[in-house]
Amino acid sequence: MSALRSSPAAISLPPEGAAPGESEIARHRLFRRFRKNPLSVLGAVIVGSFVAVALLAPVLAHPVGRNAYLIPHSGYAADPRPPGPGHPFGTTEEQFDLYYGVVWGARTAFLVALTVIAAAVGVALLLGSLSGFYGGAVDEIVMRITDIFLALPNIILAVVIVVVLGPSIRNLVLAIAAVQWPVYTRLLRGEFLRVREMEYVQAARALGSGDWRVVTRHLIPNTVYPVLILASLDMGGVVIQFAFLSFLGLGVPVGYADWGQLVSLSKNWIVGTAGDPFTYWYTLIIPGAAIFLFVLGWNLLGDAFRDVFDPRLRGSF
Amino acid sequence: MAAFILRRLLLLPLVVLGLTMLIFALLQFLSPEMRASLYINDPKQLNAVPDIIAKYHLDRPAYVQFWDWLMQVLRGDLGWSETAREPVADAIRGFLPATIELSLYSFAVILTVGIWLGTQSAVHKDRWIDHLSRITSISGASLPIFVWGLVLLMLFYGHFGWFGPGRLSLAADLFVRSPQFRSYTGLITIDAALNGRWWILIDGLRHLVLPVATLTYYLTAVLVRVTRSAMLETLRTDYVRTAQAKGLARHVVVDKHARRNALIPVITIASYLLFANLLVGVVVTETIFNYPGIGRWGVGATQQLDVPSVAGFALFSGGLLVLGNLCADVLYALVDPRIRLQ
Repeated sequence: MSALRSSPAAISLPPEGAAPGESEIARHRLFRRFRKNPLSVLGAVIVGSFVAVALLAPVLAHPVGRNAYLIPHSGYAADPRPPGPGHPFGTTEEQFDLYYGVVWGARTAFLVALTVIAAAVGVALLLGSLSGFYGGAVDEIVMRITDIFLALPNIILAVVIVVVLGPSIRNLVLAIAAVQWPVYTRLLRGEFLRVREMEYVQAARALGSGDWRVVTRHLIPNTVYPVLILASLDMGGVVIQFAFLSFLGLGVPVGYADWGQLVSLSKNWIVGTAGDPFTYWYTLIIPGAAIFLFVLGWNLLGDAFRDVFDPRLRGSF
Repeated sequence: MAAFILRRLLLLPLVVLGLTMLIFALLQFLSPEMRASLYINDPKQLNAVPDIIAKYHLDRPAYVQFWDWLMQVLRGDLGWSETAREPVADAIRGFLPATIELSLYSFAVILTVGIWLGTQSAVHKDRWIDHLSRITSISGASLPIFVWGLVLLMLFYGHFGWFGPGRLSLAADLFVRSPQFRSYTGLITIDAALNGRWWILIDGLRHLVLPVATLTYYLTAVLVRVTRSAMLETLRTDYVRTAQAKGLARHVVVDKHARRNALIPVITIASYLLFANLLVGVVVTETIFNYPGIGRWGVGATQQLDVPSVAGFALFSGGLLVLGNLCADVLYALVDPRIRLQ
């Protein structure tokens, strides 16, 4: 996290009122730097593919029932079936179609991750700006509260919240958001503290801007990049947390299109049959690969954003 | 430095108090009947739930209840664990050694492999070892622990049949529970060595291989990245160039001049990351491998909505993390002369 404390915005963002040509050149440079790194491009391609799959889910896997997120299943036979006609990725135990689950699972992943991050950033904008902008007692109180939330390992806090609120998808998302907000709040507070002292903020003040205008027009736009970097690095982490909680059977109904549950449906089948230990490989490897690629894509993209927006770290990884 | 550590020590009770408040506040979402289970110490008391609600004022204002609960927790009484069928405090004590054993071996692997590979990667930047370590660490950081654990099980349990789940094989487990085996520490491998029972030591180690491999991959990947970038930065500094220019042997420059200084940021970042993630990783790994530690018990308790166990588990792991972070602060102050001599 400490890497994110540095100050990308001040360097890469042209100051307000710069000539439009200048900012265009800067943008062009950023884009070229991004393209030069094959791993960044790979990350963008992976994430782009998942976006496409999520958007095209109704076309790629035609929904059957009333709720498109419930995976259709043919019969209740216990044994998974290997990939074949009608089931391109095979089926899980109780015959849930893996292809359908993976395709609609991409939608679930995006919905969960974006909701969690939007909620966390929303809380962080409010508390972080109060804390970083006004400082003093408010700052002390907000920071001690984040200390307390950060004193519990993330999964464990999420699990406790799900247990007390009752298992459901909505509460799962709420629980993960409750785990994430302190991180964003601390980041934003730090950024606000830094930007608050900048000359252009003093200039705005001297010109008679009020608190609201300074915060919304000067502070928030100049702290966008670190938040963007953290959020992109966080997309994968949030999806892993959700998948694990769903793997534990907390909150996601059976048959819901979600990668964690697909992995959990494979856990009785990892041993295979005598003579062929990998009989049921597809039940684990296919949903596992979906999670892995999704997280990998976002990690690569997040690293790329950090490299592009934070010149001090360039080349270090 | 004394002032720095003193400030942390003074903050410690505040954070712990906040932690109990947070957990208590979360428990307020439950009905008085479910909260009553926090005060039950024996299944026989189950018929007395209305009495318990009255006795502990569970229908009274929250601050009264919080005070009662806090006093009870301070006495070391965390209620009855239905999943473990014993008081929560006893359950924690019983499951802890297995988790400590798993964590210790994992810690050793993470630190040795992570720092070594990170250093090699930085020293041989853009050579094959660097590419290899970057690819493994990028994929390690993206591979969810629970998927990785299942893949390892599929390969080494299902296919090769080398390592099984659990903590010991049946025969070894029976022997460990028999009076012929004296338990000194609760860590199977160490106890086996102290008893001179080498086959149990080997059995215990065999059962640790996959969980340790599962738990360490992600964290080693993180440590490799942190070490590599810290080393790269240090290798670019003037004093390292001076050391090279005056003709010092390469390993002296790398080991003595560069790595010692590179390890300062590594220790700060890594110790915070390691403590928190090790706790989470233990929960995930123990669940996958059916390894009888505190994490598997905690997860089992959540799946059965066993409230006292979940609360006790959360309180315990939060306390552990707070202590771990305090150790990290002290360690940081100790290794960095700039802070030590302030």
